[in-house]
Order: sequence, then C-alpha cells, then structure tokens
Amino acid sequence: MYDMKALYEALSVEEAIALRLAHPEAQIIAGGSDVLVQMREGKRAGKELISIYRIDALRGVTIDEEENIRIGSLTSFSHITKDPIIQRYCNVLGEAVDQVGSPQIRNIGTIGGNTCNGVTSADSASTLHAWEAIVELAGKNGVRRLPIHDFYIKAGTVDIRAEEGEIQTAILIPKASYENCYGHYIKYGLRNAMEIATLGCSVNVRLSPDKSTIERCRIAYGVAGPVPMRVPTAEAVANGAKPTEALLEAFGNAVIEDINPRDSWRASKAFRQHIAVEMAKRALRESIIKAGGELA
Amino acid sequence: MSVQYKVVRCNINGKDVERVVDVRASLTDMLRNDYHLTSVKKGCEVGECGACNVLIDGECFNSCIYLAVWAEGKHIRTLESLLGPDGELSDIQQAFVDEAAIQCGFCTPGFIMTAVEILEAGKLYSDDELRKLLSGHLCRCTGYENILRAVKKTMYRRLGKEIDF
Ligand SMILES: Cc1cc2nc3c(=O)[nH]c(=O)nc-3n(C[C@H](O)[C@H](O)[C@H](O)COP(=O)(O)OP(=O)(O)OC[C@H]3O[C@@H](n4cnc5c(N)ncnc54)[C@H](O)[C@@H]3O)c2cc1C
Ligand code: FES
Ligand code: FES
Repeated sequence: MYDMKALYEALSVEEAIALRLAHPEAQIIAGGSDVLVQMREGKRAGKELISIYRIDALRGVTIDEEENIRIGSLTSFSHITKDPIIQRYCNVLGEAVDQVGSPQIRNIGTIGGNTCNGVTSADSASTLHAWEAIVELAGKNGVRRLPIHDFYIKAGTVDIRAEEGEIQTAILIPKASYENCYGHYIKYGLRNAMEIATLGCSVNVRLSPDKSTIERCRIAYGVAGPVPMRVPTAEAVANGAKPTEALLEAFGNAVIEDINPRDSWRASKAFRQHIAVEMAKRALRESIIKAGGELA
Repeated sequence: MSVQYKVVRCNINGKDVERVVDVRASLTDMLRNDYHLTSVKKGCEVGECGACNVLIDGECFNSCIYLAVWAEGKHIRTLESLLGPDGELSDIQQAFVDEAAIQCGFCTPGFIMTAVEILEAGKLYSDDELRKLLSGHLCRCTGYENILRAVKKTMYRRLGKEIDF
C-alpha cells in the first residue's frame, strides 16, 4: 500500500485541469516511476495524487499539420524507441531513451515525466535540448508552448503553472530542427543498466548537400550543470566547418568553456570535465558518419 | 483519511475478474492479496529488482510501481498462467530447472515473465540483446549466466533452430 491521502483519476485533459484547480496541493502522477518511488521513500508520503496515466489521448507519436514531430506526454520510452516516425526523423531520441533504467522502466516511464521532474540527468533531456524541442502545456487559459530551454527553471523546477491547472500535453520537434539532421547520444554510467547518467551528451549535425560542410551543429549535456544545457561555444566552432579530425579536437576542447559540472559521489568535477571533452568528440564523429559524411 | 475504494475490472491469466480495491494498493498488492497470485514477489518495491514483474497487455511491468487502479481493462499475466492443466511446467520453466538457472527462486517468476515476452516476440536475439532485455532483474544466487542460457536455449528450440553454443 502506498501512503497517499487520496487519488483522483483524470481520463481526459479537461478532467486533469479541473482536478488540478480543485486540488491545488495534489501532485500529478503519470507513469509514477519517480512519484511512487519518492512516496515509498517517505518524501511524498501522505500526499494527494492526480493520476493522468489513463489519458490515452496523450499517447503516441504523430506528425502534426505544421510538420512538427508531436510526442504525446504519456508516450513511454519503449514506444518512442519503437516508433517509425522517431526512427526515421529523430533516431537519436529513441536511442537515448532506450538507455533508461531497464526494459520494465522503459515500459512505464513517460517522456512527460522525464521532463517535468526537471532533473539534469534525465536521459531524454539533453537530446530534447539539442533538438530545440517545444514543450506544450494545457491549462485553464488554453494551450501554451515554450522552448524546452525556458521550460527548465532550475534543478527540479520547471515552468508548469499549477495554479492555472496546467499539465504537459506534448513535446514537439519542429521540422526546421529535425530535417536532414542526424545525431548521437552517449550516456556515461557506472554500469549499462539501471544506472543514472554520470554525464550525458547529445550531438546532432546537418551537413551541406555535398556533405563537405557542417551547416549546423548542436550539442547539449545532462549533468554538466544543474539543468540540461546547450554548449554554444562548441557549436560556433563546428558551424560552417569542414568535418575533420582537427575539428573534433577543437570542438571537444571548446565544451569546457560552457559546462559547469560539480563534484558528486558518482564522479568528481574534474572527471566529468575530462569525459565531457571525449564524449563531445565521439558523439560529433558518430553524428557526421550517420549524416553520411566522412572525416578528413 | 477515509479509505478510498474503486472497482477494478480486468482480465487476469485469461479470466475476466472484478474486485473492489483500495486505491492505495499497488498491482503487486492486488495480485497477491486479492487474487493469491504469490508468484508475484515483493523484493525492493521501488522498481529496481524485477521480482514483481508481470505482463500487462503483452509488455513487462514492475507491478510494485504500478497502481492497482490502472489495471482497469487490462490483460494481466503472471507466472501462474504458464502451468499446464496438471501442473506441468512450461518449456521455459523446465529450461530454468535444467540449466540450474534457479536457486532460491525468488527472482525466478519475474525473470520468466520477461522471458515469456522475449520468446513471444518470435525473434532470434543475440547474446548482447538478450542481456539487455534481461537487465531489469536482479538475482543474488545464480550469477546470471545460467539464466541467459535457459532463455537462449528455449528461444532456439521454439524457433526450431540448432543451438550454436
Ligand atoms: C529503477 C528506476 C530506474 C530509473 N532509471 C532512469 C534512467 O536511467 N534515466 C532516466 O532518465 N530516468 C530514470 N528513472 C526515472 C524515471 O523512470 C523517469 O524520470 C521517467 O521518465 C518518469 O516518468 P513517469 O511517467 O514515471 O513520471 P512520474 O513519476 O509519474 O512523474 C515525474 C514528475 O513529473 C510530473 N509529471 C509527470 N507527467 C506530467 C505531465 N504530463 N504534466 C505535468 N507534470 C507531470 C510529476 O508530477 C512528477 O513530479 C528511473 C526510475 C526507476 C524507478
Ligand atoms: S519488487 Fe518490484 S521491482 Fe523490486
Ligand atoms: S535464484 Fe535466488 S535470487 Fe535468483
């Protein structure tokens, strides 16, 4: 038995908003793989929960009328990895979330929960930052969309207005962001399964049609700071550059300018800085190869 | 608080069932206490060990971190569904016995339900793929190699293929 005060169940987004407004103290529960564990640990014991897990309308991946990739917030990690749209246009996201926990966790964990918890180590977060995802929220005043970068306020806090009854309904990846883009995610952990990232690095590139130049490069990290972050200095080094071994070196060394990892029991700051450079180089190399380019 | 209850209708091991459930219950609580399906073990109760793993609509879930009320309308399968009419073991259970993939047995029902999902996919997985698919279970006794072998042998047998080790 969970030590919860009450459970309210929403079967539609409208019901969820109404329940949030009626029970401002209650916490949203999607797949519950963070919430229920915290409740078991006593951190959230005695709280009221609003379950949105059975709102089936929030599941699945589609291409919307503006050609955004639209990922319903309740889509599980395993369904993202298996999805043909993701495999075709944003394979790296499917590969990244395939590194979460274990098969059972990937069946219950949702992308909405992974972003709404505001955790820097979330395996989807660096890739969503690197692909400039848009977060969609619905509340009593209608739908609100904002860039994922602005959605993260500080460690553990995201821009969801509980007082307006908001819940997250989707993550969108705009066409300008995914078209002709290829990426690679590296998770550094102490073991392969059931492990939170010591550092996560997601890179993607769009090459010129003749594959000779990197038109656009984006890189983001998880656990390199209190929230997931882009690394503009390194991106500036790669944008417009030729894909060469020398570029990989310069790109890797440039990440140090922007990242700000800390010491924790998992790894020291110095170690994280060291692997950040190496991961950037490797992820850029893989991205270029996936995009059909060659390294000179 | 006053205890809050809800009727939960679902299909468990092929039978349509219905029970009034305390909303605070996990699916593990419901399966063990209301349906006496004690193959579903309580290990860590925080989603890490896989001892409570069951199939829900064909996918594996740790029932300890799954609310019982979410079972509404779902098809749930536990290890008990594998037994033959006279209590015979299924091929995958027998393979666990033959390969010494079972010692104290606490992790076994969870492992076997993951194996059922793997085997029902009808695919020939590599050893690395199998290791990844089985990685959501902890076993304190066997050292995993025998478990991997039991699943691999059954996979080859079901696909009618020669075992290549
Ligand atoms: C054993 C184990 C291993 C794990 N390993 C990993 C790992 O390797 N990598 C990783 O990234 N994570 C891991 N996790 C954490 C967890 O599985 C993920 O963060 C998952 O994405 C959470 O999703 P959920 O739907 O279960 O979230 P929940 O627990 O339901 O919710 C998480 C938070 O988000 C809020 N929330 C959820 N959905 C919405 C919404 N639509 N609108 C508004 N608020 C919402 C909730 O209120 C809560 O604060 C692990 C968890 C466990 C138990
Ligand atoms: S008891 Fe459920 S995962 Fe350990
Ligand atoms: S057989 Fe004892 S825990 Fe696996």
